[in-house]
Amino acid sequence: MSELTKNTVRDSLSVALTVGAYGVAFGAASVAAGFSVLQTCLFSLLTFTGASQFAAVGVVASGGAAASAIAAATMLGTRNALYAIQMAPLLRVKGLRRVAAAHLTIDESTGVALSQASRGTAAMRLGFWLTGSGVFLFWNIFTLLGALGAQALGNPASWGLDAAVPAAFLGLVWPRLENNFLRLVATASMAFALVITPWLPAGLPIIASALVAVAMGWRAR
Amino acid sequence: MTPSAMWAVLIATSTLCFAIKLAGHSVPERWLANPRLQRINALVPISLLSALVVAQGLVVHTHVVLDHRLAGLGVALAALFARAPFPVVVVAAAVTSAVVYHLH
Repeated sequence: MSELTKNTVRDSLSVALTVGAYGVAFGAASVAAGFSVLQTCLFSLLTFTGASQFAAVGVVASGGAAASAIAAATMLGTRNALYAIQMAPLLRVKGLRRVAAAHLTIDESTGVALSQASRGTAAMRLGFWLTGSGVFLFWNIFTLLGALGAQALGNPASWGLDAAVPAAFLGLVWPRLENNFLRLVATASMAFALVITPWLPAGLPIIASALVAVAMGWRAR
Repeated sequence: MTPSAMWAVLIATSTLCFAIKLAGHSVPERWLANPRLQRINALVPISLLSALVVAQGLVVHTHVVLDHRLAGLGVALAALFARAPFPVVVVAAAVTSAVVYHLH
């Protein structure tokens, strides 16, 4: 293995293991929301995009309707289309390999691929495939562990699981708040969701908060 | 939620999220090149994740309820300011919330 390849492999695997470990939090949150261990594992195998999975089980846990859960998860998943548009010309795959590439198109595989640009196209491709499949492996293993753990624990409040889930959302949004404008978007979205909570069915304020994104992204800054 | 509704959430979420990814691999790049669409799309995850923090941490059904979860969220926020890694943030929030829950 060349020195360059070694660096790409190291980057990919360290991201895959770190991010995959978050699967414990998803597995626990999903079981706490009332999904079975089987359903929880199917989420990670089939949906395989963390924020959307968290959103779907989060809306269900807060008493929202199925349509709200699906809508919130789908809206969070739209960014993967933008990643895919960037990855498609790089990967140049067709047929089954394109289906596999699509499934593995997430924040981390795209991020690592783009970060390898200075090492050339082959390193970018390797970064995408290795990170994508590595996260897939670890995310699913840790989801199962989290689901089994939460099932064994019982009452979610007794073990602080009901606070761990919003804390996980906070931890997911935190690294995205790179400047004051983005911090303002986050604060405004929280305030908006809180204010409209008494007036809308459970779960809908989460989806309605996307209006804040639309309003604040409408004009160029 | 009924068991069948939960299966519906699982199946629809999985199908739609995969369809979005596959669509991105299949459409011409210029289709999503609109700058306004890109700006909004970059903000949507921030809005939804932020709303999920309060919906899960400060709300019970359709009421704002401040309880043991708020203590957990406060500790999570402090941990994030202290640049703690994600697992530490989540576990610190859980432990704090559980302690406050049992003290009540």
